[in-house]
Amino acid sequence: MRRVEALVQLAGPAALLVLVGVVGSFMDRAREIEFRNALVATAIVVALYVFVGNSGVLSFGQVAFVAVGAFAAGEMTVPADAKEGVLPNVFSLIGDHTIGNAESLLLATGLGGLYALLVGIPLMRLSGLAAGIATFAVLGVTFNILRNWEKIGPGPQTLSTVPETTDLLQGTVGAIAVVACAFLYQRSRLGRQLRATREDPAAAAAAGIDIHRQRLWAFVLSGALSGFAGGLLVHARGTLETRDVYLDLTFLSLAMLVVGGMASLWGAVLGSLLVSGLDSFLLNAENGQIPGLEAPAGTRLVVVGAFMALELGLPRRLRERLRPQAQGAPVEQPSGQS
Amino acid sequence: MTVLALIGAQDVQKLVDAVALGSIYALMAVGIGLVFGVMRLVNFAYGQLVMAGAYALYLSSRHGASTLEAILVCFAVVIGLALLMEVVAFRRLRQATPATMLVATFAISYLLQSIAVLWFGTLGNIDPVLQDLRRPFSLGNVYVAKITVVTVVVAALALATLALLLNRTTIGLQLRAAAADFVTARLLGVRGNAVVAAAVVVSGALAATVSVLLPVAQSPLITPDYALRDTIFVLVAVVVGGIDRLLSATLGGFAVGFAVGLMGGFLPTRGEWPFTSSIYIDSALYTAVILVLLFRPTGIFARRGQRAVERV
Repeated sequence: MRRVEALVQLAGPAALLVLVGVVGSFMDRAREIEFRNALVATAIVVALYVFVGNSGVLSFGQVAFVAVGAFAAGEMTVPADAKEGVLPNVFSLIGDHTIGNAESLLLATGLGGLYALLVGIPLMRLSGLAAGIATFAVLGVTFNILRNWEKIGPGPQTLSTVPETTDLLQGTVGAIAVVACAFLYQRSRLGRQLRATREDPAAAAAAGIDIHRQRLWAFVLSGALSGFAGGLLVHARGTLETRDVYLDLTFLSLAMLVVGGMASLWGAVLGSLLVSGLDSFLLNAENGQIPGLEAPAGTRLVVVGAFMALELGLPRRLRERLRPQAQGAPVEQPSGQS
Repeated sequence: MTVLALIGAQDVQKLVDAVALGSIYALMAVGIGLVFGVMRLVNFAYGQLVMAGAYALYLSSRHGASTLEAILVCFAVVIGLALLMEVVAFRRLRQATPATMLVATFAISYLLQSIAVLWFGTLGNIDPVLQDLRRPFSLGNVYVAKITVVTVVVAALALATLALLLNRTTIGLQLRAAAADFVTARLLGVRGNAVVAAAVVVSGALAATVSVLLPVAQSPLITPDYALRDTIFVLVAVVVGGIDRLLSATLGGFAVGFAVGLMGGFLPTRGEWPFTSSIYIDSALYTAVILVLLFRPTGIFARRGQRAVERV
């Protein structure tokens, strides 16, 4: 019985993603892009969930791993004859080599995980506000260096001519792969140990769980999945600028996670699809494509922002009633007046 | 004067400008630190208060208000908005953890930025108030913009007034009591909402002061993300200095503003490798905050042996 329930936890979100892929394939080109974006957003948010949801520690850093994965996958797949124009100043390792789509996704995954490991070893000691600010600093450093150092990328220019290989099929398969990894991890021994530290750090430590190591595992897995999602992202868009993988994306992905409920996989998937849908709908309204509803430019972020501010501001009891799927405690129970 | 002769007139100007930026950051640091002290809330949306104030200056002077009227409108708008934030959002979050509150203020910051985009567009508007103060005056062969001196004087006056308020008045005593221990302070008859409102009003007044000074001291072009980078720097500064005490937060703010000003003035503008030029100031600061969080979580200027309230 428990196994059936557990399978629903995986099959439900997966079926939902397949549905998104199938419905998207009946749409015209403009709509289809929105469906692809929703699938990529889901991959990013589930990658974020692997760390934040299971550990209960806030992180602003995952978008840094998305950025690293996206730029690595994008730069290495730019066709050889276009490289000189798009990436004039890069190291010869990047400038002289071109790899295929699958290899680029693997590279993005590996780099994302490696970066998360390097950053995580010192930072996983922190929790609460300190973790939030330190991971924000990681995001800041990553953005600043990617935006200015032209040896490793396009710098302030836009990376373009990236092959658009993330179609609906690859988007769906990619998002489901990320969901499956998240599912397998949270059912594993490691995942359960980490969830125990989320519920009660002191009791978990007393039971012999090494909190630092468990958080680090999740952080690295989350970093690798974020890198992979970044690879999907750059191949879905075809062009990428550093600003695309900075504060806006951080805010949107956190909003998607919070709206669905930080502590469950279902919540992460539903939240990303819901907010993506809302976002696309409002974008169309801004462009005047929806008859009878003409919204001025910028409505999108106002609505999403209001949505999230309200959600966070709701009294906790009401929030729990609205989200029956969210099992267990919300992220970081207040631990009394410390 | 021998020292001045040694380092040259241009360098003196850069030093003085760095002191002015440090003063502005110190004001913002106090505004953020005050609210943190009472509510344990790191207000990411603080920069949007400054942004709103700057837009208020622009709008009111476009509608023909005099400089004084525009500044009054600016203070009213910023303090009103700060109180609105507290009543609509922060009050519901009192029981939440500092991390949840940080995400919530992140959302509010985005909300306000988006409203500004909706209202004013992204191109930016010029704030005309007090721009005459950009003109320099000379001290020997050193030229200093008037605003630099005005900024330092205003900041010093504001901080002195705040020190008097905190140390010589009843509400100041209550603020300090609430910052030390909110629950006990309430048990002893300090009214929670009143004391939080006082902190929010003072912090709003400081933000409004920055709204008036910053567009003259730095770029006058007001955009929806105005003061966002400065706010992030100040948040870093407050943590680096030590967020538990106002004095250490203020010193952190000043130190970071001064350092940013110096690096901006003296480092080359372009460099081949990271951390070699002024475009990497952000990276240097963020790396510093990570190191401080790891090795001195109570902050550089914290008292020895002091324990962190929340590990920041």
